[in-house]
Amino acid sequence: MQIPYTVDVRPDTGLYNAKLGIWLFLASEVMLFGALFSTYILLRVAAPVWPHGSDILNVPLATVNTMVLITSSVTMVMTWVALKLKQFGRARMWLTLTFLCGVGFMVIKSIEYSAKFSHHLYPSTNTFMAIYFTLTGLHGLHVLGGMLVMAYFLGPGARMWNTEPERYTNRIEVLGLYWHFVDLVWIFLFPVLYLL
Amino acid sequence: MSKSPEAVAASHPHAHGHHEDGFLRKYVFSIDHKVIGVQYALTSLCFLFFGFTLMMLMRWQLAYPGSPIPLIGALLGESAAPGGIMAPEFYNSLGAMHGTIMVFLGVVPLAVGAFGNFVVPLQIGAPDMAFPKLNMASYWCFLPGGLVMLASFFVPGGAANSGWTSYAPLSNIATTGQTLWLFGMVLLITSSLLGSVNFIVTIIQLRARGLTYMRFPFFVWAQLVTSFLLLLAFPPLEAAGVLQLMDRLAGTSFFLPTGLVVSGVPVDASGGGSPLLWQHLFWFLAHPEVYVLILPAMGIVAEIIANNTRKPLWGYKSLVYSVIFLGFMSFIVWAHHMFMTGMGTTISNFFQTTTMIISIPSVVILSALFLSLWGGSIRYTTPMLFALGFLPMFGIGGLTGLPLGLAASDIHLHDTYYVIGHFHYVVAPGTILALFAGIYYWFPKVTGRKMNETLGKIHFWGTIVCMNIVFMPMFIQGLAGVSRRLYDGGQQYAHAQGVLEWNVVMSMGAWTLALAQIPFFINFFRSIRKGEKVKDGNTWEATTLEWTAAPSPPVAHGNFPVEPVVYRGPYEYSAPGFAQGYAPQNAPEKA
Amino acid sequence: MSESHAHDVSKHVKSYVLVFVGLAVLTAVTVWIAGLQHTVMAGVVLALIIATIKGSMVASFFMHLISERKGIYWVLALTAIFFLALIFLPLGAFMDQQGTPLHSTGAVETSSHHVP
Repeated sequence: MQIPYTVDVRPDTGLYNAKLGIWLFLASEVMLFGALFSTYILLRVAAPVWPHGSDILNVPLATVNTMVLITSSVTMVMTWVALKLKQFGRARMWLTLTFLCGVGFMVIKSIEYSAKFSHHLYPSTNTFMAIYFTLTGLHGLHVLGGMLVMAYFLGPGARMWNTEPERYTNRIEVLGLYWHFVDLVWIFLFPVLYLL
Repeated sequence: MSKSPEAVAASHPHAHGHHEDGFLRKYVFSIDHKVIGVQYALTSLCFLFFGFTLMMLMRWQLAYPGSPIPLIGALLGESAAPGGIMAPEFYNSLGAMHGTIMVFLGVVPLAVGAFGNFVVPLQIGAPDMAFPKLNMASYWCFLPGGLVMLASFFVPGGAANSGWTSYAPLSNIATTGQTLWLFGMVLLITSSLLGSVNFIVTIIQLRARGLTYMRFPFFVWAQLVTSFLLLLAFPPLEAAGVLQLMDRLAGTSFFLPTGLVVSGVPVDASGGGSPLLWQHLFWFLAHPEVYVLILPAMGIVAEIIANNTRKPLWGYKSLVYSVIFLGFMSFIVWAHHMFMTGMGTTISNFFQTTTMIISIPSVVILSALFLSLWGGSIRYTTPMLFALGFLPMFGIGGLTGLPLGLAASDIHLHDTYYVIGHFHYVVAPGTILALFAGIYYWFPKVTGRKMNETLGKIHFWGTIVCMNIVFMPMFIQGLAGVSRRLYDGGQQYAHAQGVLEWNVVMSMGAWTLALAQIPFFINFFRSIRKGEKVKDGNTWEATTLEWTAAPSPPVAHGNFPVEPVVYRGPYEYSAPGFAQGYAPQNAPEKA
Repeated sequence: MSESHAHDVSKHVKSYVLVFVGLAVLTAVTVWIAGLQHTVMAGVVLALIIATIKGSMVASFFMHLISERKGIYWVLALTAIFFLALIFLPLGAFMDQQGTPLHSTGAVETSSHHVP
């Protein structure tokens, strides 16, 4: 018994199953981060004073991180392009670069966090720090999750390229959609937390 | 190179001859939607029964406040029931956990996890769900989530006791049980999210050839809309759960206001948070959640009514448009649970208006189901009795919601027993009756045997009479002003004195309701082995694919001996030109 | 078929590079604007407009939304509506309160953070 439309698209919807699945999942993620953005807005509106993000947070480092993520989005989509052109070697290269961008992002994030801790700024310090750590922390967990999946597709998961190349390409496309979404969240997170 | 299902089957000729799975793979970690459906059914029925016993304990305290609980009192321990008398904190735990368990571990897993999983792929002609392994993961997040909830009874301080609504700041400062409640909820929400993605992709992508959207059985539409509700409404509660966990474990103040003092001691936190923020995030989920509770039930009732009136449902299109509109509206009514939080008139008016509007599709659906009876050849089978019982009970539940949705009358009724009466009518004589209907209806499909009709009828009458005895007096108490969540049932309040005697009546009703379930237990377990075997796969002479295209039980791998193709709508009963008097969805013209 | 396929793909690659440049430029613009003097409200509006443009570029080109199927658009439109409800309705409830009026948003101008 085989599940249809795992590789080829269903004619009337034009989608394969996992692509619809990941878009639905991303829709739920929009609501998840939306709740946290709503939290940010409500806490800020109700607060008698609220700091400028740039006074407390490290804007230059975060700007670098923004560029790191944007770059990783490019390398991610180039991975998919290479697979579409049946160039597995180049695809591996692009995916590895994407993974390294993720590493870079997390390293910079750790530097930021430890700087906060060394200045005795913790989530419990005030609501600004609380929402900062929660929003960036949850986002960071999503980055880590994506990196885990990338490692899988570079490692044991890569075997599928030899047996079912189209299915492997689809899976990379699905991973790419998730990764671009993670980039998208940061594109909003960065100005809201750091610049406003 | 398009891989149609036939080509896929042809390219894998070994599909039927592969090695047998071991016990664990076949029954515990199965990826087959039918097995997973049964797992959900058995697990959720256990949780339903457990939640029911919690309520029966509560009803002793309400009927005889301060008197020792017979037999069980000694077993509850000195902190929960010193001297066998229920402690107030324990009463609150029972209340919070009864609600949580019934909603999140009982009704939804049964309605969606069990019935949805088992029936939907069969009704759309699919071999399984789109993501079978994800389906298994859903169940295996649900069960641990439930076990975490149960474990919370045994930690110091007992289980969560801040209501199923876990309002801040009380829940922030509550004992460890609340932390476990939050972890349990995170697991349950994850299970739900994985499941909802699976359902939507399955329904859209795996439906059989010829099964267009307007040929779906209404049950499939109900499950599709339900899945969208779960997908988009749960994440804010997951976020809120994380925020409350951070408040409790990391010392943040998302929900702790500045200057909070507890028992004379200022809380050691930064403050600056908002208890109302919790309420908004909670109710953003919890309102669509009540539609998650009712929609699958409406779907089940629709199937059974069409089948047992031997005629098409009245107003199929209006049913479909109504359920879609209902799903959409359900996202923008939530603050009608918050009319008493000091919101201004503008925003209260907005939510009151949307709440009134959302009653329209509900009424359309109920009316269509009632009208479907007109001119029908009604067969009073056990499923039909339960389905018929659902209709007026949901009517009462829905109508009693109206004064709650109007801000002015809600001032008097908010947080009284009127509310408890309202929502129990919708869920207990409402959804649960429909779920029983579904069990009696689809039992032959799952097992190949019928349940006993006589025991079923006794179960029906006992249940519906007792449910009304339990819940109708709640409106009387609520209108008199008796608040909910009072551990002595209102004994201390002058305004409650005139209606206190109803507590004894309701408790007697609840305990009799428990007895009324005995015929069901006997019937259910005996019929698995000794029930009357069905002669062919279509026990009820139904038109939908699960009956016409699959045997009872369905083929282990792939459900259907032949991939079904659909030629018509779902309820072509009494259609001319067909020898059996109805037109199966997958029968070509004039078979 | 592979030649035209490769040609299509190389057109895609060109658009990816252009989007990357656009995103980099807009990031710089965002940071620059933040450094200018303006009210909080203007800052919020500008920042969100730029972020929305950047996000749309990522979604349309990297995520191929611009050539995606109708069904996906419906899901996302629905999500967008509920997202906006989740943001603005609780805000409305906070702003429209009985009794004591809220602090105005102008009060959050101070640069020092307040530890209660």
